[in-house]
Amino acid sequence: MTPVLEIKDLKTYFKTPRGVAKAVDGVSFSIPKGGTFALVGESGCGKSMTALSVIQLVPEPAGYIAGGRVLLNGRDITGLTEREKRGIRGNNISMIFQEPMTSLNPVLTIGEQIIEAITLHQGKTRKEAREAAIEMLGRVRLPDPAALLFAYPHSLSGGMRQRVMIAIALSCRPDLLIADEPTTALDVTIQAQIIDLIDELKRETSTAVLLITHNMALVYTHAETVGVMYAGKIVELAPAKTLFRNPMHPYTVKLLRSIPGQEKRGLKLDTIPGVVPSATSYPVGCRFSGRCPREMEGCAVIEPPLVERVGGHSVACHLHDAEFMSGPYSRPLRHEPDALPPLIVPHGEREALLEVKGLKTHYPIRKGLFKRVAGHLKAVDGIDLTVKKGSTLALVGESGCGKTTAGKSIIQLIRPTEGRIIFKGADLTTLSEKGLKPFRSRMQIIFQDPYSSLNPRLTVKETIEEGIKALNPGLAKKAREEKIARTLDRVGLGPEAMLRYPHEFSGGQRQRVGIARALAVDPEFIVCDEAVSALDVSVQAQILNLLKSIQRDFGLSFLFITHDLGVVEYIADEVAVMYEGRIVEQGPTEEIFSNPKDAYTKRLLEAVPKIDASLLSAWRLPGDH
Amino acid sequence: MLTYIIRRILYAIPIVIGVNLLTAVLFFYVNTPDDMARKILGEKNVTATQVENWKRDHGYNLPVFFNGAEEGAAKISETIFFRKSLPLLWLDFGRSDRNNIDIGGEIKTRMFPSLAISLPIFTCALVLDLFLAMMLAYYRGTYLDIWGVVLAVVLMSVSTLFYIIGGQYLLGKVLKLFPISGFDTGIDSIKFLVLPVVIGVLSSLGVGVRFYRTVFLEEINRDYVRTARAKGLGEGAVLFKHALKNAMIPILTNVVVSIPFLFYGSLIMERFFAIPGLGSFTIDAIQAQDFAIVRSMVYLGSILYIIGLILTDISYTLVDPRVRFE
Repeated sequence: MTPVLEIKDLKTYFKTPRGVAKAVDGVSFSIPKGGTFALVGESGCGKSMTALSVIQLVPEPAGYIAGGRVLLNGRDITGLTEREKRGIRGNNISMIFQEPMTSLNPVLTIGEQIIEAITLHQGKTRKEAREAAIEMLGRVRLPDPAALLFAYPHSLSGGMRQRVMIAIALSCRPDLLIADEPTTALDVTIQAQIIDLIDELKRETSTAVLLITHNMALVYTHAETVGVMYAGKIVELAPAKTLFRNPMHPYTVKLLRSIPGQEKRGLKLDTIPGVVPSATSYPVGCRFSGRCPREMEGCAVIEPPLVERVGGHSVACHLHDAEFMSGPYSRPLRHEPDALPPLIVPHGEREALLEVKGLKTHYPIRKGLFKRVAGHLKAVDGIDLTVKKGSTLALVGESGCGKTTAGKSIIQLIRPTEGRIIFKGADLTTLSEKGLKPFRSRMQIIFQDPYSSLNPRLTVKETIEEGIKALNPGLAKKAREEKIARTLDRVGLGPEAMLRYPHEFSGGQRQRVGIARALAVDPEFIVCDEAVSALDVSVQAQILNLLKSIQRDFGLSFLFITHDLGVVEYIADEVAVMYEGRIVEQGPTEEIFSNPKDAYTKRLLEAVPKIDASLLSAWRLPGDH
Repeated sequence: MLTYIIRRILYAIPIVIGVNLLTAVLFFYVNTPDDMARKILGEKNVTATQVENWKRDHGYNLPVFFNGAEEGAAKISETIFFRKSLPLLWLDFGRSDRNNIDIGGEIKTRMFPSLAISLPIFTCALVLDLFLAMMLAYYRGTYLDIWGVVLAVVLMSVSTLFYIIGGQYLLGKVLKLFPISGFDTGIDSIKFLVLPVVIGVLSSLGVGVRFYRTVFLEEINRDYVRTARAKGLGEGAVLFKHALKNAMIPILTNVVVSIPFLFYGSLIMERFFAIPGLGSFTIDAIQAQDFAIVRSMVYLGSILYIIGLILTDISYTLVDPRVRFE
């Protein structure tokens, strides 16, 4: 049977001032009717560009398809005219995107945006299209579809918007649905609903799905076949269950082992040194050379082809090529130990460093001619927490549950409405701004977005210096500079980083700067507000390792605000689950995860896709079996 | 919505008073009432009695802001500022200081010549700007776009005065297509209007096209446009249906606020083309030190500006469903 989609040696290049960027460089795979193919890898590996090439929406004029074929039901669509391609887009191939908040047109009604797609491809009248739209909205389980036609996107939540996107995408019963990070921007519980919905609709209509994600657990639970992409190429291709049982490419192994989880507590997470090479200057040989823990002499010059090794499992790595291994180029250049080194934070005396009692933060809602206070938004509505010395408390919950407001209220970036915060014997809520000053350097915060939380006009040195100057004005210039250099060294950045600006760094490095900024004023307590959520899993692992090691070395206490339960399981000693401004359950991490009592906690834990923990022992670098 | 508009009008009161106060401070800092009287009576051979009489007749014989000689509220009310500003509230502009003309009546008659050039300039420029900007956005990255932007920068780099004088010389003097300057009423006015309108449109074209092109390009790179393309819509539908409607939001900020000002005329254009509108009226009054007219025109300007801002806010609710007044 002809596969729905078959890609053969696809090449998508970009003209850039620094030369041709080979975003997609010879990718081949196919998806059968009703199948789900997942494309995984770090950001910048060419996953999204592969998807845009399939739907023939490569950003012009810089980007172009330089070679290869995209066969849809056996017909090559790369050579079609623009008009013919438009007939396929939204009709035979549909796409949903990562950002449901911005992917819908804010000034058109939901109805208009669905009806538009239906009338365009199906030749239906507006009246028929309207009925079809109502039916589609019902099928994506949205309440009151008829009324929803007249709603605008801003009145819907992120999850509902993603359902609308799915309704639009499936309205013409496409042969292929491309889902580009469809759940990444959503809350855990919503993620599960959306991915299940895609699965269910896929079964009903036997649509093939191309799933692009960096969430390995999602791939494990929902995909039939997986392609691991690295630097524009597929380096490993296998049925999902096979891949997770026996990952063969060192990159895949490293990627899997960098995922945080309960099984890895007390161990250092695996990381991949360096960054994905720039698409304008790939290494000549294997593109993973230079970062590979099993690099051999020939790797940097001889490119390994993607070859099927065992039953449908293909891998592009010399380590699995018997002929290469017996040849002269197989002398190892590097041989990192396979086992993960331990990273244990000793349990200290465990006395309380910070106690939060009955914390409430309410925002006034103003209405009417004179803007009188008409009511209150109760962002945080009476929470009690205790952070112990040298330990980590995780505050988890969905977006909008008040966890960020709680974090900011605790370190007095927002003055709470009510409650007490006892830090080192003093009640912070009673102190004036001046009285708080000595405590400011003791409490620091690291933010989620390393891109926007650093001032782009200040050098790294200026950013870090600012805090030291404000909170420790007595320090001489020389001592200050030494301190900055020492702090940067501690977070893994060289002294040359001092004079550089934030845009010169990668996301992970920027987060290191953010950590250095907090660390430079000698804090005892750090609030990590989604500090690793915006990072790729391999980079996230580096930052988690760093946070744990500085906790061990300086005896720091962390309040870890996050929605990522894998991170919580890995790093937290205790967990507090927050829902609608209140704490519904708290206790030691293992207890909460193994035996949740509260209904909401149960729902939260069940929603997270999980990779079978027993597979962990199979994730070993080749050559160490 | 109504609550919102009432609140905005209440906010406007201190702004209008402040504008009046500032105008008076600036004007009387340069000119005392005595200077005004001498200038208007003809500089030389003016006796002190004549100055006093003029000031009494025109209401400038009081202190400017504060009358220490009076009691209670009269300390404030018996002043030039209070006496001259209060009637403005009900749009009673009074009479001019120099020729004793009725300012309100003058504004009404001079409004129409001003509108006769400002309205065609405004509409033609807007339509042309949007059309050209959209075309450049459609052909983004091609040579047409690159050279279009270069041309726009050249157009905006040249002074308006150059367009006026150059246009008058080339089209008026050399080619004799239009009269160089002047104004007429009725159908005859058209031949006088063509040249200023063409020059007005041309001089604003560079800035307009470049601004709107940027607005369109910003919209074209948004996620919802990618969604629209993924649905299989053609570039025309993407641009006109999806991008234009979103681009209207920044465009309105730019456009609606200037609509009330069309009544106000153009200071430079009217001066060079001898059009008897409100722009030249204001310039002449400033040169003649006629405080009554200057104050009236500044007051009118501030009112029109406030109306423009309120209209802008209201127009947002029409194009952007996310904006609602409580």
